[in-house]
Amino acid sequence: MRRRTIFRGKLLPYLLLAPQLAITVVFFFYPAGQAVWQSLLIEDPFGLYSEFVWFENYQIVLSNPLYLEAARVTLIFSVAVTLFAMAPALLLALMADQVIRGSSGYRTLLVWPYAIAPAVAAVLWLFIFHPSIGQVGQGLRALGVPWDYRLDGGQALGLVIFVSAWKQVSYNFLFFLAGLQSIPKTIVEAATVDGATPTRRFVQVIFPLLSPTTFFLLVVNIIYSFFDTFGVIHAITQGGPGRATTTLMYRLYRDGWINLDLGGSSAQSVLLMSAVILLTVIQFRFIERRVHY
Amino acid sequence: MRKITSAFLASLLVVFALGSTAQAQPTEIQFWYALTGPLAEHTLAQVEDFNASQDQFRVVADFTGSYDETMVAAIAAFRAGTAPHIVQMFEVGTATMMYSGAIKPVFELFEETGVPFERDVFLPAVAGYYSLPDGSMMSMPFNSSTAVMWVNDDALTAAGIDPETVSLETWEEVFEVAQQVVDEGGADCGFSMAWPTWTQFEQFSAVHDVPLASLSNGMEGLGAEMMVNSELHVRHIQNLVDARASGAFTYGGRGNAGDGLFVSGECAIVQGSSALFARVDREAEFDWTMHMLPYYEGTPNAPLNSIIGGASLWVMDEPGRTDEEWQGIAEFFAFLATIDQAEKWHVDSGYLPIRFGIYERLMEEGFYDERPHLRIPYEQLTRGEATANSSGIRLGNLPQIRAIIEEEIELAFEGQQTAQQALDNAVERSNVVLRAFERAQR
Repeated sequence: MRRRTIFRGKLLPYLLLAPQLAITVVFFFYPAGQAVWQSLLIEDPFGLYSEFVWFENYQIVLSNPLYLEAARVTLIFSVAVTLFAMAPALLLALMADQVIRGSSGYRTLLVWPYAIAPAVAAVLWLFIFHPSIGQVGQGLRALGVPWDYRLDGGQALGLVIFVSAWKQVSYNFLFFLAGLQSIPKTIVEAATVDGATPTRRFVQVIFPLLSPTTFFLLVVNIIYSFFDTFGVIHAITQGGPGRATTTLMYRLYRDGWINLDLGGSSAQSVLLMSAVILLTVIQFRFIERRVHY
Repeated sequence: MRKITSAFLASLLVVFALGSTAQAQPTEIQFWYALTGPLAEHTLAQVEDFNASQDQFRVVADFTGSYDETMVAAIAAFRAGTAPHIVQMFEVGTATMMYSGAIKPVFELFEETGVPFERDVFLPAVAGYYSLPDGSMMSMPFNSSTAVMWVNDDALTAAGIDPETVSLETWEEVFEVAQQVVDEGGADCGFSMAWPTWTQFEQFSAVHDVPLASLSNGMEGLGAEMMVNSELHVRHIQNLVDARASGAFTYGGRGNAGDGLFVSGECAIVQGSSALFARVDREAEFDWTMHMLPYYEGTPNAPLNSIIGGASLWVMDEPGRTDEEWQGIAEFFAFLATIDQAEKWHVDSGYLPIRFGIYERLMEEGFYDERPHLRIPYEQLTRGEATANSSGIRLGNLPQIRAIIEEEIELAFEGQQTAQQALDNAVERSNVVLRAFERAQR
């Protein structure tokens, strides 16, 4: 039987929660509510004219084939970023877990990219992959590869996926490493004694025991790829060439901040918010069932 | 008791307020600007000159980010009731500001304050861009640039072309020279451009005297429709597609990305802003010259004047502005427009002389002999008799339209659609944006 500390009365827990709740209300519920309200209006940017139009903004947004195109780009982008951010992180964590000497040095180095702002990371890679001033870009062209992400949509998408994923690997690495270290050594040793190969130990013992971490990271990474990759796209491709890297988030920015269409961009942000909420619910309801805690 | 105390305090405050007016505290004028680096220093120098010239008003200048950011910041401030008195706004925001109802037109400001002001001293290409069709000036011209063609003389020489005698007046010649530069190994890239929509559509249309949009490029009303799928526009984009295939043209990307291709020496010929000078001067490790924008041979009335870029100063209206504040803004503007200040601005920053008299004076002094890059943009901007196609552009949501055109021509460069399809799509999509703007202005 576990010992629990029990507080009497209902006031104290609420009091302790209050600061966090206040922050959530002020910085999340209030703006989210405003977005919902603005999505029902057609306004001029200066707020001098405003007309209540019910769901016309949603109708305009959803009947635009380019919005659906952006949704498709977002899907490819998010799946790829999540995959490429998590798989290498797991591999690195497995290797770092086995390192005995100098392990803290490796870990520190592996965590560094996480401390870089997305826009800075993007510029960094831009200078490496730029077709005319980047080392790798020049190298690729010298080898005869027609590398020019400024006009090749596939290459542009590949590059922003790569940079976005690269930045998130560190974060995933930290959690995977912590997850691996919390797996009791005895279980792994027992499997070894039973004659399981390293691959088999990983597939049948370690990976299932790691599933809570993996699941958590899946949710976090999808949300990351939806919302936090704006800086990368803005710095490298600005949504181009054509619309090859215009994700829903980038489209929203452009409609809201460049086009100053507050109603339309609010409608888009409400849609995006709903999509992420829906996705998270699905993940918790269906995928979580298969997670071993 | 409390009431009495507060009444006493209030009267004390009034006394203090009166006292401070008697001591003639200068009236503060908030000014938000968006220039960086040396250009910011020159802006602040203008402000300092004004503050030093009198003690009734004090202009307080604040940097509020790039043009885009400053625009959004000004809008947000206006909605919150804390708008600055003056905000610097790029030329593509002109329609948004003009129709916003959030501004005090400059001509009204001068009429009401009685500060003497002559509109006629400004170049028509500058004043016209910021005026209503009847000539009423809506914002104050400040930093104006135009598009020009930057040429790397060393790259031409390396390709066996004499930069002294080469003619780059027509597009035909530009493509030919660009091809030769690439073929002869003078540079990896023959020709490119920055700000693709601005240089290849807005400036291109003005120089060739063809409309960019109906209703005099939107100057005459909100109902304008895009006209960038004309025969000439399609021919030009098709030529760029072909030149890309043959290696003469390299697409440099959106915004100012193309600038880097010139200063790094990668591209022999790049069309970009005349305001690129500061960077070329600092970074280019080769001999260069500035040329005027080319035209297609046989186009009637071409080459005509180009149009301006850059920014102007807008006066933001708000309840509670005092007469002193209006007075201060007007005095500040009148000060900037004096020939000495405007000349200083032109010489220091490299932006165009925005009023008459400066060019003539500097020409006489021989100032331009060593600095043709300060003279050429002005001469290009004033060549020919400006028509409705070359007097400016006033389209709502122009930044969005620029992005749409760039998206569509990129798809044409990639080979995913023809030049005709690209420009038809651009027209159709831009018109949707224009209608949305029109609707939100009712």
